[in-house]
Amino acid sequence: MKDFAILAARKTPWEIVAPNLTVLVFGLLAFAAVIFLIFILAERASVKAQEWLKYLVFLVPALLLLAIGLIYPAFRTLLLSFMNADSSEFIGFENYIWAFTRPEIVTVMTNTLTWVILVPLASTVIGLSIAYLTDRMKRSSAIKSLIFMPMAISFVGASIIWKFVYDFEPNLKKTDIGLLSAIAKALGFTPPNWLLEVPLNTFLLIVVMIWIQTGFAMVVLGAAMKNIPDEVVEASMLDGATQWRRFLLITIPMIRASIVVVVTTILIGTLKVFDIVRTMTGGNFSTNVIANEMYSQAFRQLNYGTGSALAIILFVAITPIVWYNVRQLRIERSER
Amino acid sequence: MTTAEKTTLGTTRTGRAKVKNVFTSPWASAMAIVLAIVWTIPTFGLLVSSFRPQKDINSSGWWTFFANPNVTLENYQQVLFEGTSVTPPLSQYFFNSLAITIPAALFPLTLAVFAAYALAWFEFKGKNFIFFTVFALQVVPLQMSLIPLLQLFSQGIKIGDTTLIPDLGITGTYIPIWIAHTIFALPLATFLLHNFLTQIPRELVEAARVDGAGWFTLFRRIIFPLSIPAIASFAIFQFLWVWNDLLVGLTFGGGAKDIAPLTVRLAEMVGTRGGGWEVLTAGAFISIIVPLIVFFSLQRYFVRGLLAGSVKG
Amino acid sequence: MSTIRNRVVALGATAIAASLVLAGCAATEETTTEETTSAAAGSTGCEAYAAYMGNEGSEVEIYSTIVSPEADLFMESFVEFEDCTGITINWNGSQEFEAQLPVRVAGGTAPDLAVFPQPGLLAAMVATGQMVAAPTDVADSVAVNYTADWKNYGTVDGVFYAAPLGANVKSFVWYSPKTFADNGWAIPTTWDELLALSQTIADTSDVQPWCVGFGSGEATGWVGTDWMEDIMLRTASAETYDKWVSHDIAFNDPAVVTAISEAGKILKNPEFVGDVASIATTTFQDGGAGIVDGSCAMHRQASFIGGILAGDYAATIVTPEDTTVEGGITTFYFPGVSADNKPALGGGEFVGAFADRPEVAAVQHYLTTPEWANAKAALGGWFSANLGLDTANVADPVNAVAVEILQNATTFRFDASDLMPAAVGAGSFWKEMTAWVAEDKSDAAVLDAIEASWPAN
Repeated sequence: MKDFAILAARKTPWEIVAPNLTVLVFGLLAFAAVIFLIFILAERASVKAQEWLKYLVFLVPALLLLAIGLIYPAFRTLLLSFMNADSSEFIGFENYIWAFTRPEIVTVMTNTLTWVILVPLASTVIGLSIAYLTDRMKRSSAIKSLIFMPMAISFVGASIIWKFVYDFEPNLKKTDIGLLSAIAKALGFTPPNWLLEVPLNTFLLIVVMIWIQTGFAMVVLGAAMKNIPDEVVEASMLDGATQWRRFLLITIPMIRASIVVVVTTILIGTLKVFDIVRTMTGGNFSTNVIANEMYSQAFRQLNYGTGSALAIILFVAITPIVWYNVRQLRIERSER
Repeated sequence: MTTAEKTTLGTTRTGRAKVKNVFTSPWASAMAIVLAIVWTIPTFGLLVSSFRPQKDINSSGWWTFFANPNVTLENYQQVLFEGTSVTPPLSQYFFNSLAITIPAALFPLTLAVFAAYALAWFEFKGKNFIFFTVFALQVVPLQMSLIPLLQLFSQGIKIGDTTLIPDLGITGTYIPIWIAHTIFALPLATFLLHNFLTQIPRELVEAARVDGAGWFTLFRRIIFPLSIPAIASFAIFQFLWVWNDLLVGLTFGGGAKDIAPLTVRLAEMVGTRGGGWEVLTAGAFISIIVPLIVFFSLQRYFVRGLLAGSVKG
Repeated sequence: MSTIRNRVVALGATAIAASLVLAGCAATEETTTEETTSAAAGSTGCEAYAAYMGNEGSEVEIYSTIVSPEADLFMESFVEFEDCTGITINWNGSQEFEAQLPVRVAGGTAPDLAVFPQPGLLAAMVATGQMVAAPTDVADSVAVNYTADWKNYGTVDGVFYAAPLGANVKSFVWYSPKTFADNGWAIPTTWDELLALSQTIADTSDVQPWCVGFGSGEATGWVGTDWMEDIMLRTASAETYDKWVSHDIAFNDPAVVTAISEAGKILKNPEFVGDVASIATTTFQDGGAGIVDGSCAMHRQASFIGGILAGDYAATIVTPEDTTVEGGITTFYFPGVSADNKPALGGGEFVGAFADRPEVAAVQHYLTTPEWANAKAALGGWFSANLGLDTANVADPVNAVAVEILQNATTFRFDASDLMPAAVGAGSFWKEMTAWVAEDKSDAAVLDAIEASWPAN
């Protein structure tokens, strides 16, 4: 090993951490102080002043940040999607025509659709099942923690973890380091090259996302279930309902709103996620999805035009889901 | 609940006993345990691998470890303590990750609960439109926001010759990272907290209003205390998402090593030309520890937590 | 600053710097002239850095794809420069360099210096108008220390922007001298001999003739483009190769068809490579591992794979004569059509500036000097195309051969995919080569698809 003493001695860890710590403490204190001051002053303001102050304090900061950080970029993206690769001239709908006439487009769309249907569905169903099975179970926190653990793992970590599952060893003389191949061999099958088998490979990538998202569904739905009044459950038991019927007829309707929220959140997350595909197959072997193609176009091939067009297509694809959710919320509100 | 009123004290007691009985059936427990084990096997493989020597990791499956245990702490030693000026030891990145994550979880939650309060309880024109927009903004891929936001932080905002926001000179500090995370978290946080806040009983709010509480007092005395569980449970998710984020930290850190989070370091460990599984396995495991501690310590909030109010009834 | 004087000073200092490096290397030598090298460096060695003085207390950020552990060696090579000039160099390596650099440039937080792994990306960054043309002393230094070709790769539209940094040579076949000696295989000198040897190995031994891995995450397929390029450079003339790069001939031109079909004789022959489709999922690092453990005979890969195999797979890099070392690996030249046909394919990095400050220019200049190249090479695992690089400083036998090829090759060509537009070079070319093995896509379909993806202007 080389001697790096000269290098390491240049700055002590404290010399690096101290200014950063100052920024952190100052940042937190300043934020708290501002909020504190605003409330002291605003509560003393006249009722009339409070009528407009309330918008300024509660709504405007968030909207301002959203306008700068998301709304303006969204319009900028829309503009770029009508321009060429380096955004130097307008080319009309050419990027959209490109996107929809590529030979790959059918595969990409089918895959994206498969992801968007399977991930929210499976994550929610499994998350719901575990939440239900462990509801009122003693010492269920260990089980819940294990299911939740993937949420605590970064995509970098997850890609390493799953390499050890899907790895395929073409050389028959060498031992497998992929768990799936080893299991297949132990059961007497000849393992295929997992990530090459179309359409199996897309499902295998989807499994990774389900593995991550189930914890989210379980936690949120578990919390919702805890809020179902005991009396409701008891009443249904007195009616002689079986456990399965009770689950379908009582539990699910009672937490329907939470389920919609969970499905929507996971669905939007799934549409946007590209790290899994990018790190595990690079979008090859017919596993590509829109989000990965968008990233690849904009940031690898430096074509902001096509990248932006794909982003807009993604946006448009999600709009019906957003619309459905908002409608649900309205219905619910009118029911109250 | 009308059904609840029907139950007498006696039936409630027997009912509760029965409920427990069915729910804790061995069949249900077994199912849950099996699922938990299946879920953990891949991660367990990583844990085992992180204690194996490099040569073993590359040449045999992690499960063979149990037939032929060959333990080393070298991987952890290498990751944790072997630092240089280019790559300081992991401890410093730990600090950075915390310094990024704590404010980046607190700021958006504060602003989101404010906005959610406004959208849930204020009556004004365009309320539905704003809510719809905020919700829809979840969809904007954050890659599309990187360049405009970076320009804001490095050059301010100018329209023609008028400077709307000057160059704040904050590049190279945590501040751009905090702001970026805050912005990206707002749509989902506002949406979820809004769902929660609309469930607060109208009578409670109206009673307070009748008592003469202003909008600010109402928030401080009633809304905020009631929404703490929801905030706490969302805080856990926000904490995890920020902790595991690579893109925002990488982009808004402006290349400054001194403020880079753990994930940036972890991604670098793959080495210039790949490889180095042994270091990565250990590094990945170290980065999981803090989120797990956070999860365990805030777990009880999940009981009443996120969206707890969204149960009909 | 007077460039002429600077150069004289720099040349005068060469001898001192070189001797310092050599003294540091040869530990057995009893050198009394340089007492306590590192401590004295601050005072005695500093004359060598006179050209870069006057920038005390400044900082320069170098942004690059190169991360630890390689980055540590770069930092080590800067220590003396930093101590003498008072310029602090912040090395910032990121795997996301290609995606992040355009974002940082557009976002107004461009680094001072960027190390471009592909001239194609350099051209795209020059187009943003944010880059600073190389100052005269950098250009002069590169003109003296590098061949015109290398200076040309850093030139966009007639303006010189980026100075060469490291280099690698790709026309190598890695093998184990011990395996070859044990089996009595001879090193092939022509393409036909190579194919014949592959057949012999397949027929007469249980060793697989070739190990190939295209896998590299999102960059999967680049190994395939290297194969194509190396063969293209052999089956076609260098002029045709250049036309292919600049798209003066179509991507499905007969010359390219010949190259891919020759490549297919090895890559798509299950007798030679085992399961063809698996090439696409085998990482390029794992791809080379077979020659270390003896399961494969040959592995075509650039010079840098030696470091990976030594680091992660316990290989030892030896000379071709050393036939006794278990796990010893070395290279032979990837043969041409005839024995005297010896073109070389390579790649390298280029340092371009986004900031017009004297300390940035000083660092950019220093990196072009033979003094730095020798100091860096002496730390191991690295070389450049710098003509002043002394092979004595390159300890690794394979890298030493690579340096000789760089300095003497009559026909040297840069990695074609790195020169092509990103839509092809970092897009369809990778993807289609991957589909070529993974899905058994036909030669013609592959070339047609790449041709169709070539940007309109």
